Amino acid sequence: MTELLDPTSEREPSHRPLAARPDSLEGKTVGLLDISKPRGDVFLDEVQAALESKGVKVERFKKPTFTKPAPPDLRHEIETKCDLVIEALAD
Amino acid sequence: MTAERYVVVVNGECPTCALVRPALGSRFDVVDEDESLEFSYEYEIETVPTLLKFTHGEVVERTVGWSRDIWRKITGIEDLGEGLPEHRPGCGSRALEVPKPIDTTHLKSRRVAIGSAEDDIEACIARGWSDGLPVVPPTPERVARMLAGTKRDAQEIVAEIPPDLAPCTVEKVAINAVMAGCESSYLPVVLAAVEAACTDEFNMHGLLATTYFSGPVIVVNGPIAKRIGMNSGVNVLGQGNRANSSIGRALQLLIRNVGGGRPGGVDRATLGNPGKLSFCFAEDEDNSPWEPLAEGDAVTLFCGEGPRGVVDQISRTPESLAKSFAACLRTVAHPKLVLGFDAMLIVSPEHASRFRHAGWTKQRLRDEIYANLNIHGSELVRGAGGIEEGLPEGFKDATLPKFRPEGLLIVHAGGGAGLFSAIVGGWVAGATGSQTVTRAIGD
Repeated sequence: MTELLDPTSEREPSHRPLAARPDSLEGKTVGLLDISKPRGDVFLDEVQAALESKGVKVERFKKPTFTKPAPPDLRHEIETKCDLVIEALAD
Repeated sequence: MTAERYVVVVNGECPTCALVRPALGSRFDVVDEDESLEFSYEYEIETVPTLLKFTHGEVVERTVGWSRDIWRKITGIEDLGEGLPEHRPGCGSRALEVPKPIDTTHLKSRRVAIGSAEDDIEACIARGWSDGLPVVPPTPERVARMLAGTKRDAQEIVAEIPPDLAPCTVEKVAINAVMAGCESSYLPVVLAAVEAACTDEFNMHGLLATTYFSGPVIVVNGPIAKRIGMNSGVNVLGQGNRANSSIGRALQLLIRNVGGGRPGGVDRATLGNPGKLSFCFAEDEDNSPWEPLAEGDAVTLFCGEGPRGVVDQISRTPESLAKSFAACLRTVAHPKLVLGFDAMLIVSPEHASRFRHAGWTKQRLRDEIYANLNIHGSELVRGAGGIEEGLPEGFKDATLPKFRPEGLLIVHAGGGAGLFSAIVGGWVAGATGSQTVTRAIGD
């Protein structure tokens, strides 16, 4: 029998369940995260207008650069201020 | 431990051993049929019988074959071998001609058992460990031999590899280097490349995740390139050289296997490029008219797409050739996009000779290229030339350089014939994207 050495990080694949979805947006704060891709702001402006017309509170955020993960401080700020977040991922 | 000890190495097939052995009695330790060869390797036994005299654990005298006088002199036993012939030659041992048995007990990675009916290469592919080509199965013995290529401890953490930011040991690097087809002498280069790739400046995470073409391009400088047989000449960016092909592949396998970065997963490239299998080459320093990209044994990592050709078979003056380079460099990413993408210019020996004869330094060439790449905004703005891509209208009166000041790397490589050079376009340039990173290659 041949034995090979595992070339991976040996982390068992972990199943991450989706966060619980709210029944309604009433009284919730929605974060809108622009990742700094071109025209992400155009999309989020529309989303913001649609949400605010329904009386939903909106907070806007922007990553310094789309090429890197959001800095920990920004993630913390979103988590503190918002109940849910919508991210404009691509151009 | 007693101060003195006598060890005799014998083998049953040797007539002289058979003759001597009964005469030894209990005053000798006998190593008979050293099947593991451990003793034979440690004490370099090439003949049986061999008599070793140890004092305080060290061999102080030895003799091979049987010579009654010599054995008596070494042991001080006056009646040793009484009745035996005075002299008999020993038998040769081929112990040192077979590969030394390899200790793999220090390797810590999980051991994966492959079924007896399973092909080991197919098993690696089935487990998702391959970039699409067959890999060399990483047996513990192969990994142990690979680790002989570095003085670093197998369990030392080299870097945290994105996207999972998984801590990666020297041992994991060695496993993936085996799979990529590396020789052990390449391992220090792979280790340096991993360190360079996993810096915040190089931003391997973003480079992996991007929809753009690019991947890590590794340029090797210094005497090590020749020592390990890297190609810096004919077909330098192509196939056919084991070191060039396997070092870049090892880095990509590490990103895949340890970092967890896979095409269709975190790697979102729209088209990618064939260099994402391996894009690694050595600079031709010996024939270069210029200082090398990096001093000493070093790797330089650049976020590059595939190479594109620059043809200029007519220019005889450095000014003309520099303008050719500039004209071609303008097309990196898009002729109307500036400052967003760096580039690497790989100048071939025949093109380089134009600059050598004219006495142009590398900085002079760079300056001339930049001087020819200050572009007026009216050519760059959206709609200019009937092309909607371009800069916002506000730039129409500005003059902008194609590249940021440190955004053009110049390397000398390639075969001796051919008035061609190559451009490797970069990815998002600078602190918001990827910056070129150089790392010294250690032991």
